[in-house]
Amino acid sequence: MKFGVVRFPGSCDEVDAMLACQRVGEAVILWHQDTDLQGVDAVIVPGGFSYGDYLRVGAIARFAPIMGEVERFARNGGLVLGICNGFQVLCEAGLLSGALLPNTSLRFVCRQVELEVVNASIPWTRACSVGDRLSIPAKHTTGRYWAPDPVLDELEADDHVVLRYAPGENFNGSARDIAGVCNAAGNVLGLMPHPEHAVDVLTGSVDGLKLIGAPA
Amino acid sequence: MLIRPKAGILDPQGQAVERALPALGFGGVSHVHVGRLVELDVEDPSKLPEMCERLLANPLIEDYEIQS
Repeated sequence: MKFGVVRFPGSCDEVDAMLACQRVGEAVILWHQDTDLQGVDAVIVPGGFSYGDYLRVGAIARFAPIMGEVERFARNGGLVLGICNGFQVLCEAGLLSGALLPNTSLRFVCRQVELEVVNASIPWTRACSVGDRLSIPAKHTTGRYWAPDPVLDELEADDHVVLRYAPGENFNGSARDIAGVCNAAGNVLGLMPHPEHAVDVLTGSVDGLKLIGAPA
Repeated sequence: MLIRPKAGILDPQGQAVERALPALGFGGVSHVHVGRLVELDVEDPSKLPEMCERLLANPLIEDYEIQS
């Protein structure tokens, strides 16, 4: 399994994402100015502050040359995982529904969160079971998932809500406790918490590998 | 272009400002929303709505207003 990890100016979690991927397969960096996905089997759009979060989170990264290829790859069924800023970029690109708004607290929050697996049938969650709890760190200021109510109803009805914050864990004010959503085909997953930071017992949890390692 | 959060979407920044103003003695303030202003020179103003739709605003969460 060969993973490609996108690096934008302002990305900061691409190295951890590479290291996480290398525990389960190979990994290469995909530079934002390139238009070659190097034959990867899956793409990770990592966390950070791409293009300084200027204008709106993810708004400028979404037009980076590499993203045109990532969109094409995703629309052809390629596996894409957007983490934190990567989730914001995928929403801006229209690959995932909804948007990420500032946390209700307006504060940057960095903490371990408990997630519940809601849909275990997509490639990224197939190592999990519905109802599983994952302990994964989250760290962001703009992570409040929002979509209009009819869209939220549809996401729930179609089983496109993949991860929720466990009861009491929704620190950012996300609509319906949503922490991660997928597209209609299930090949694209976006989530705010960081599975790539939960891959070693040394840092408290290896639950992130259940997601990143699932397709491998 | 004036870009503001859509009505009905929680705007914690607006709320924070709304709470801060009375603390300074400015009463009678309500419905505070904080958005942003994009200033530009443009040769063809007919392109402005598309610029807003595609980049300057996210139409899902923001309204925009073009002033010249």
